[in-house]
Amino acid sequence: MTPLIRIQREDFSLQDEIDALSTGRADIGAVVSFTGLCRDEAGTLTALELEHYPGMAEVEMSRVATEAVERWPLMGLVAIHRYGLIRPGEQIVLVLAASAHRRAAFEAADFMMDYLKTRAPFWKREHRADGTLGGWVEAKAEDDDAAQRWS
Amino acid sequence: MSSAVATAAAGTRPVRIVYFAWVRERVGLPEETLDIPADLATVADLVRWLKARGEGYEAAFENEKIVRAALDHVHAKPQAALGTAREIAFFPPMTGG
Repeated sequence: MTPLIRIQREDFSLQDEIDALSTGRADIGAVVSFTGLCRDEAGTLTALELEHYPGMAEVEMSRVATEAVERWPLMGLVAIHRYGLIRPGEQIVLVLAASAHRRAAFEAADFMMDYLKTRAPFWKREHRADGTLGGWVEAKAEDDDAAQRWS
Repeated sequence: MSSAVATAAAGTRPVRIVYFAWVRERVGLPEETLDIPADLATVADLVRWLKARGEGYEAAFENEKIVRAALDHVHAKPQAALGTAREIAFFPPMTGG
């Protein structure tokens, strides 16, 4: 099973990705999805700008996905991460994990998100509602703690 | 033969260095190709060498523990050997997802 990894500026469709994963198969019993959305932080943000490291982002996401495939009996794994200017309410990231049973799919999707947050080379910067360019979003210690759970 | 070895040991080698997010802003460049001393052994050695290049670098690496590095697209710790890496990246802790 080869994970599908995409890094793109344009939006994605959750249903299209699930269909692409599961149409024509009868062996998949569970598909777990996670979609990360842009928040407006109580009306203070007009957008998040996502910068990434084009040479590395895809290979690092692939490395994380390969680890997930080695740990859980997956029948499909998809990770899509957007970059560029993303408005509140829009989608930023998608992870889909498919398996025969739900436990592996839940755990693999959770693992993927914890590791993407701490290892995939993406950085968020705030565009504020007052028209100013806000700061770079700071990494959270709790994200490192979350990733530590899997090691 | 021995003179060739001596030249390599004392020489420099070109590497592409890329910067992201606030590290890029403080350095003032997205990327550059630099001839680095061949005797720089680790990521931390390179950081110390870069900091001596000017205020922007000094500001970018003010807190060396925070800035992350990658060697040829693979995450690397400060004590990691530079080896023959051709592209070296410096960036803040990641905030994707």
